[in-house]
Amino acid sequence: MPCRIVVGLKDAVRDARGERVKSEIRQHLGIELHRVRTLDVYTVDAALTAEEIEAAARGPLSDPIIQQVAIDRPLAADFDVLIEVGFRPGVTDNVGRTAREAIQYLTGRPFAAGEAVYTSVQYLLNGQIDKAQAEKIASGFLANGLIQRWTILDKSELDPQKGVPATVPKVDSSSAPQVQKINLNVSDEELLQISRDGMLALNQTEMKELQAYINNPAVQASRHEQGLGAELTDVELEALAQTWSEHCKHKIFSAQIDYEDEKGQKETIDSLFKTYIVGATRDIRKKMGENDFCLSVFKDNAGVIRFNDDWSMVFKVETHNSPSALDPYGGALTGIVGVNRDGYGTGMGARLIFNTDVFCFASPFYDKPLPPRLLHPRRIFDGVIEGVEHGGNKSGIPTVNGSIQFDDRFAGKPLVYCGTASIMPSTLNGRPCHEKQVQVGDHIIMTGGRIGKDGIHGATFSSEELHEGSPVTAVQIGDPITQRRMFDFLIVARDRGLYNSITDNGAGGLSSSVGEMAEDTGGFELHLDRAPLKYPGLQPWEILISEAQERMTLAVPESKIAEFMQLAREMDVEATDLGQFTDSGYYQCLYQGETVCYLDMEFLHEGVPQMQIPARWEDKQHQEPDLGERDLQADLLGLLGRLNICSKESVIRRYDHEVQAGTVVKPLTGIANDGPSDAAVYRPLFDSFEGIVTSHGICPSFSDIDTYHMMACAIDEALRNFVAVGGNVDHVAGLDNFCWCDPVESERTPDGAYKAAQLVRANKALYDYCVAFGVPLISGKDSMKNDYQIGDTKISIPPTVLFSVIGKIEDVRLAVTMDVKAPGDLVYLLGVTADELGGSEYYRMCGELGANVPKVDSARALKLYRTLNQAQQQRLLRSCHDLSDGGLAVALAEKAFAGGFGIAADLARVVGASDLDDAALLFSESQSRLAVTVKEENRQAFEALFADCDLALIGEVTTEEALVLHRGSKLLLRTTNGQNKEAWQAPLREL
Amino acid sequence: MAKEVRSLVIAGNGTNCEREVVAACRLAGSEVADAVHIAEFLAGRVKLADYHFLNLAGGFLDGDDLGSAKAGANRLLHAPVAGGGASLAEQIGQFIDDGKLIMGVCNGFQLMVKMGLLPATDLNYQRQSCSLTHNDCGRFVDRWVSLQTDSDSPCIYTRGLEGIYLPVRHGEGKFVVDSDTTLAQLEAAHLIPLRYADDNFSPTMDYPANPNGSVAAIAGVCDPTGRLFGLMPHPEAYVHYTHHPRWTREKLPEEGMGLWLYQNAIGYIRENVV
Repeated sequence: MPCRIVVGLKDAVRDARGERVKSEIRQHLGIELHRVRTLDVYTVDAALTAEEIEAAARGPLSDPIIQQVAIDRPLAADFDVLIEVGFRPGVTDNVGRTAREAIQYLTGRPFAAGEAVYTSVQYLLNGQIDKAQAEKIASGFLANGLIQRWTILDKSELDPQKGVPATVPKVDSSSAPQVQKINLNVSDEELLQISRDGMLALNQTEMKELQAYINNPAVQASRHEQGLGAELTDVELEALAQTWSEHCKHKIFSAQIDYEDEKGQKETIDSLFKTYIVGATRDIRKKMGENDFCLSVFKDNAGVIRFNDDWSMVFKVETHNSPSALDPYGGALTGIVGVNRDGYGTGMGARLIFNTDVFCFASPFYDKPLPPRLLHPRRIFDGVIEGVEHGGNKSGIPTVNGSIQFDDRFAGKPLVYCGTASIMPSTLNGRPCHEKQVQVGDHIIMTGGRIGKDGIHGATFSSEELHEGSPVTAVQIGDPITQRRMFDFLIVARDRGLYNSITDNGAGGLSSSVGEMAEDTGGFELHLDRAPLKYPGLQPWEILISEAQERMTLAVPESKIAEFMQLAREMDVEATDLGQFTDSGYYQCLYQGETVCYLDMEFLHEGVPQMQIPARWEDKQHQEPDLGERDLQADLLGLLGRLNICSKESVIRRYDHEVQAGTVVKPLTGIANDGPSDAAVYRPLFDSFEGIVTSHGICPSFSDIDTYHMMACAIDEALRNFVAVGGNVDHVAGLDNFCWCDPVESERTPDGAYKAAQLVRANKALYDYCVAFGVPLISGKDSMKNDYQIGDTKISIPPTVLFSVIGKIEDVRLAVTMDVKAPGDLVYLLGVTADELGGSEYYRMCGELGANVPKVDSARALKLYRTLNQAQQQRLLRSCHDLSDGGLAVALAEKAFAGGFGIAADLARVVGASDLDDAALLFSESQSRLAVTVKEENRQAFEALFADCDLALIGEVTTEEALVLHRGSKLLLRTTNGQNKEAWQAPLREL
Repeated sequence: MAKEVRSLVIAGNGTNCEREVVAACRLAGSEVADAVHIAEFLAGRVKLADYHFLNLAGGFLDGDDLGSAKAGANRLLHAPVAGGGASLAEQIGQFIDDGKLIMGVCNGFQLMVKMGLLPATDLNYQRQSCSLTHNDCGRFVDRWVSLQTDSDSPCIYTRGLEGIYLPVRHGEGKFVVDSDTTLAQLEAAHLIPLRYADDNFSPTMDYPANPNGSVAAIAGVCDPTGRLFGLMPHPEAYVHYTHHPRWTREKLPEEGMGLWLYQNAIGYIRENVV
């Protein structure tokens, strides 16, 4: 008999969670409640005595000072409606897992198979509501129907003796394991149907390739030897679909693209990835020669560059868009803990030191009707932020840098970028730590969590647009603690030399991790029935491709197996021996001794046919608007309150940005610790002042004019943020994360050729500017199907690239922050201002797009950045802030209020001012510009240093806390710091 | 080295700050400072008795899934030690009897309070009389706070300090008591060495200077011996001036204010324990 332990706060204790839920129900749904209280429920489905249940309830499960407990009777009283929300069967229940462990410690006895603790939360609502409204509250805010279930009772329906009846969301495991065979000798139409029905995301050409493979007589003969029939098994078909998925194979970036520009000039590009991304890094490394700081690029889970003689730094940024659209909390949590595994699983393993996060959302205040299956942007905002908060904070990794971009097209698919940096010794046990090599005969060991149905078809699902049948199983919930225990264990195992290779289980699960590692040896033998399962009833193919979280795969040599397993047991980490790496040339899986998958490794990894994609660029003939006379003062305040510019403090403070005690320039800075830093400076070692600088650039709004310049601006933005705080522009690497809408022309995507041309142009700029700046690309990722399509409604995101950088600062004590420091300091603007309001935040505020998108002059910019580095080395700068969204006026306003002093400036002195109208002078988003302040006494040295750069002394820091901007004798605007800061802080303050 | 001070952090299952606590102990002069995984204790290979200064570090023990540090406290109380040795809770009892020092920061403070180690007004270290619960704002918060010290407190760690400035980073930092009597005892015996304060270092109940709504603005408590101390703010996060959020605009001494707490502890051990 399952038993229910209900835990609630004592009457006198404030229910902060309930109060927050009450206010969020009002904000999300407009329903005003009188009061909300919350209770925690543990449903214990295990053979325990009444005394043991009592001891658990009064011991680990409740706090005697603030809580009261009831066993198999209700605590709920004095409410109008009760909603209890619990998980659906098979969904990760972290609290339930911890409760089970606590009870096991208490009784000294492990739970039997199938026994478990399940958790749920009871919300007691008081107010004028009926059950219909309660249903709306449950489905529209408290619960996500994809992963949760709920019970609603009004006060008359609650049994006063027994309370809410116990529900045990145990996975029903009646299905016996079996292997299906699939006949591919069918019509082309049926082939496509097989792909669609099986969520395989393979196109007709690819399905035909599989058909040809299975019909090859040599293949038939080798299969016969293994006791396999003439048809592919479901295990094989799923393994192929995973390996060949867009997510894993990057088919679009590897495609042959026939590109035609606006003048009709044609060229053929054989793989964007090889041509522009790998190509740029290759050419830059050649030029750097002996100074090449790249150590491992593109071949591993993350990129590795040199930090100093003893240490190397590792960086990876991932996206987790599709899962976050379905379950924002679980999707984002899984995104962050997933990219953590990439960081750990690079080379022989690296210790995680910081996270970064960048989100693209529709406005949380979106008030238009939403198409079916889309969650409201406010729910996405809240869920994603909480997911990343739990993922980062609980893992003990500081979130040091990030941003949020808003555009209502992100209602179709939010973008959730999660990055992780880690650090590894340059050599480990005498070998470079960034290299690894599986040996023939090594055991395949899986560590960490168990396998369930969670995340099945994640890789193929994210390779498709969001549609009616998107599977529930694609949603996973991360478990930071299981992962933390595993990392604690693995770093000890690494240092003791107990394994030869390691990788994470992400998209495609074991199928991808073991398949990729086996490329070292040329084959493997994997026993699927040995894998530890969360619950029985998984089919062999499900075990192979499940994306259940918190798992790493390792290659452990025979001689170290015993020590490895013993250490795992002691450190409370599950490790299972699943087979061996071989040199057979085959990808072989067995189930209970029988071969169920036998695929040629070469076919699997190299057999996917290259896609052919047409790309046609068009000149869209954009026009510059005529805005007439405007109130520039009101415009500045309006810009400061734009979602893309305003303060993100309410989000930043929810992320621990200081754990590990290395964050030297924090996300918020200035006299009141609330100004916006340009980049993070991080000191990873306690015995050295050398530091890591990270920042990013992202400007999807320029994509509407030309993705070439969008990409150039993103690169420049990342670099100028990086140099603003003191990052060495000659020791910095980049990561590109493309998020695109489907660029393959089809009936569903008639404008595919244009979107493909946008992709080509962004790649061309990526090559051109990385080479020009000398910034090698070390890692990246693409997510290519960020569209929503149900019925006639299609929402495509604006093409977006996040360009992240990581590099070195020789001494963190030389870092510079953005806030003005003292009255009397001189204010300089570095760089040229041009009439470049196209795609700007200013035009967007005015409802315009414009035509004059900002263009980057890389040679001038690089010279400026190098000179800036010299000024920082000589301690000539007191503050430095990059100019981005909102241009010069916004940057000066931010500098002033962050520093607690004013700025008075004459913008007629700005380089380029004579060609500009007032609005362009104030708000143009011309690139490669920075505003700095310098002590009067350093004026000569500073100006001499910048003699060959674009430099203008525009004003000075004042004691009057106001921004006063003139153009010659004409006053352009005068606002107080108080006005500016209030406009900037108000929009997201309460979120 | 007969006189060496040996400091320890117990790591594992979600502790996050063990490395910087070790660094702080070393910087403050501890000759030995080790982060030791709990598995080493449970395997019986390491014993608390080998150390003088036990640090319970910040983090999220078991994800704080059952309430902050609840599952962690349960483990220390009930996890068996290989070979039938004394449980960790028993070893901690002996450690206290031996006159040694324990400091819990953030999650470590929550752990000490929920095990009954603090405030132990009657020197009974097994009865919980206080707790730490969700911040009034209902959310995790990372921000720097001013803290008022009590010069009459027996607390060894805050001796000689006036006001200090440290970051808090927690979702469950609101200090509550089981009764007014307990609070009165805490006040009377000066067992509240740290309170959240405004810019003038006067205790405050106003958010955000008081980030969680703690009763009596309590940020840290000690036991009547002053050797056991717990606090929500993170002293290990301010041991060098570059940790300070405004180091680029203020003239600050090389050593951060958090380091003082470790220096006091290690100085006391050197004089009284080793």
